[in-house]
Amino acid sequence: MSNEAILHDQVTGVHDLGHTAHEHHHHQSFISKYVFSQDHKMIAKQFLITGMIWAIIGGFFSVLFRLQLGYPESTFPWLEDFLGHWAKGGKLDPEFYYSLVTMHGTILVFFVLTAGLSGTFSNFLIPLQVGARDMASPFLNMLSYWFFFMASIVMLTSLFVQTGPASGGWTIYPPLSALGEASEGSKIGMDLWLVSMALFIINALLGGLNYIATILNLRTKGMSMTRMPLTMWAFFFTAVLGVLSFPVLLSGAILLLFDRNLGTSFFLSDIVINGKILPNEGGSPILFQHLFWFLGHPEVYIIILPAMGIASEVMSVNSRKPIFGYMAMVGSLFAITALAFLVWAHHMFVTGLNPFLGSFFVLLTLLIAVPSAIKVFNWLTTLWRGNIRFTPGMLFSIGFVSIFISGGLTGIFLGNSALDIHLHDTYFVIAHFHIVMGVAGMFGMFAGLYHWYPKMFGRYLNDTLAYIHFWVTMVGAYLIFWPMHYEGLAGMPRRYYDFSNWESFKMFAGLNEFISFVSIIVFAAQLLFVFNFFYSMFKGRKVTTQNPWGANTLEWSTPIRPGHGNWPGEIPEVHRWAYDYGKDGREFIPQTEPVGEHESKH
Amino acid sequence: METAAAIQPTTKLWNGGKSPFNVSYGKLMMWYFLMSDAFTFGAFLISYGTIRFSQNVWADPNHVFNAFPLTGHTNLPLAFVSLMTFILILSSVTMVLAVHEGHNMNRKGVEKWLVFTILGGLAFLGCQAWEWTHLITGDHAVLVNGTLQHWGTTVSHNPWGPEVNYNGAEVASPGPIAFGGYFFGITGFHGFHVFSGVVINGIMLVKTRLGHFDQRGHYEMIEKAGLYWHFVDLVWVFVFLCFYLI
Repeated sequence: MSNEAILHDQVTGVHDLGHTAHEHHHHQSFISKYVFSQDHKMIAKQFLITGMIWAIIGGFFSVLFRLQLGYPESTFPWLEDFLGHWAKGGKLDPEFYYSLVTMHGTILVFFVLTAGLSGTFSNFLIPLQVGARDMASPFLNMLSYWFFFMASIVMLTSLFVQTGPASGGWTIYPPLSALGEASEGSKIGMDLWLVSMALFIINALLGGLNYIATILNLRTKGMSMTRMPLTMWAFFFTAVLGVLSFPVLLSGAILLLFDRNLGTSFFLSDIVINGKILPNEGGSPILFQHLFWFLGHPEVYIIILPAMGIASEVMSVNSRKPIFGYMAMVGSLFAITALAFLVWAHHMFVTGLNPFLGSFFVLLTLLIAVPSAIKVFNWLTTLWRGNIRFTPGMLFSIGFVSIFISGGLTGIFLGNSALDIHLHDTYFVIAHFHIVMGVAGMFGMFAGLYHWYPKMFGRYLNDTLAYIHFWVTMVGAYLIFWPMHYEGLAGMPRRYYDFSNWESFKMFAGLNEFISFVSIIVFAAQLLFVFNFFYSMFKGRKVTTQNPWGANTLEWSTPIRPGHGNWPGEIPEVHRWAYDYGKDGREFIPQTEPVGEHESKH
Repeated sequence: METAAAIQPTTKLWNGGKSPFNVSYGKLMMWYFLMSDAFTFGAFLISYGTIRFSQNVWADPNHVFNAFPLTGHTNLPLAFVSLMTFILILSSVTMVLAVHEGHNMNRKGVEKWLVFTILGGLAFLGCQAWEWTHLITGDHAVLVNGTLQHWGTTVSHNPWGPEVNYNGAEVASPGPIAFGGYFFGITGFHGFHVFSGVVINGIMLVKTRLGHFDQRGHYEMIEKAGLYWHFVDLVWVFVFLCFYLI
């Protein structure tokens, strides 16, 4: 049996799926259409809505601990009604405070900005934009969501156990996380965290393998790699990062589970706890940090690359101009992906890492500024003299670039091992990664949602609510995180429960209150978006044309509400790249249009 | 630059409409999965190396792994693990033959060689079970704080430290605890992979018997299972090297 014959067999198989699915999709049962769906578009929505639920929970946690940080002297009796013994007398229990910051980080980094962002948009856009009926393996794709769902259930369960969820920080460093006696959150909550993360890693792996195989193997005729929209390149590199870095976290998580439950000594050595000498010997907590950050650093690019891809695409469409420097964009995505694997120890400059070794990590870390800057300049030059339409998606894309510049610049400070001695574990770090990864990642997600919502649900989101959402979030993000740089430079440490006990940080009481106040407003603005999202799903303005944004990419050549299989007839053939905007006097030329005889080159 | 590409023949590998590597998506996914799994094992083995070389002493494999079933206390260094390795490599050979018969669309041949591969996998797991049991239930005199104790090899006890003189006899002192953790952790994780491979091959056997691949017109699933099986063998070569030879 030759490869040729097998491949031919699969192509016909996929075509069959398209035809039969299109003819019969009205007869699908509720379960097969909405629950155990194998349609990439439905799976994308499942990822999205699960991610949104997590975003509300994780965001609400930040409101709770900001109440403590902003108003350390006050009590909030309603907290006790709501949280019981975690907030006796209306004041957050210190142990629970640590649980809140830990779960806020875990939820936002993994469940919202990984599964919610790349899970949603990779699933939704890859088959539509490369011209495929569905993912390479729709079944594994469905399985990938259900592993995410199981991970979610386990993590949610950990919020309700008696001793509380994990509380050692989202980086779960041992020995704190390895010893149940060390803290309340290191008991069953930590085991549930690790199990949940193992399930999450399986989800990321199944998803990532599918995204890679689909982009490489299922591109439609004429869709060469360099004709793909930048979203596809971004999702492709994101998937590669995930497939190669998550397994290392899996190793670390397994060894940590063994240390916790089987009496091994992988990360433990010479520990006295409550006056008792532990028998563990020879392990290394630093080893865990290496394993963790080998995932942990690529993870921030798993978050930001999809946002970059989405912003590039939305910006080009709404500037009515080709993206500036397409090949440079692809090249810098590749450079970022490669460098992402070589910089992890910059999180560990103060762990006793050899300073000579540290200098290499400084060099490699600062090198990432080069491809990042190339991308920023290309976005700015794409906007330059463009015919800009300020749609909500476009505003969030422009906001993304602004936020990415602001947060990226502080990364250059932190990447220096000498400066890091002063800055590590302060609010400067908090400000840096919240802006460059957290807010920028969310902005990419919002840009994508506002832009592709019409394709997802056949209706538009409400524009007025969208503009309020954008401006409150944009201004609020800067008002929250800008002052934190100042606090961090002054040495204010992260993860502290109450700064009013420190003479040197008392002067920040007013600033902390201000930050907390703004973060409550920004959280409320996100609820406005959630309302808009669900309201518009049923009552939003209907999409009446196939290609409402006048975009070139293939997803707009499908029916307004595409069935399983995406195109009713044959999959269209592609004749040009995705960025022929404002060419030869025409506003846009879809990828499906053959190149004319007298068309100019670009 | 894009318009220029349009006039080139559409048979080019990367132009879409076909697989650039000329493989099905399933094989492509399997290759990427194996790469990912290699990173998991790589992380384990590098962790092991880091900890092992941070210690002043380590257990001598010729000393630890010198037992063979039914031979009592005869000193046969690495004999049993060599047999295990031989069995596993032999099962890779039978897997190759199964894939080969699949190419010839010979259902009976595929069934026969799959059965041998499964038996090889089970034999390996049986050997591993014996070896683990032997180590854990072993009984070695160890001088601990001036008194003689009898230890097996576990994740918290290592009776393979340097020998010391005690009342005129040479007895062992406690060795680095990390030895048991890494040995059982990594060989166990590999054993789990062998077990998964046996289950996968079992499913393949059932599907072959039910004629699924004849209906489909090809035996590519056997090839994918084969890729996994060979990978598990390859990992064993590294595990063997790191725990038994070095």
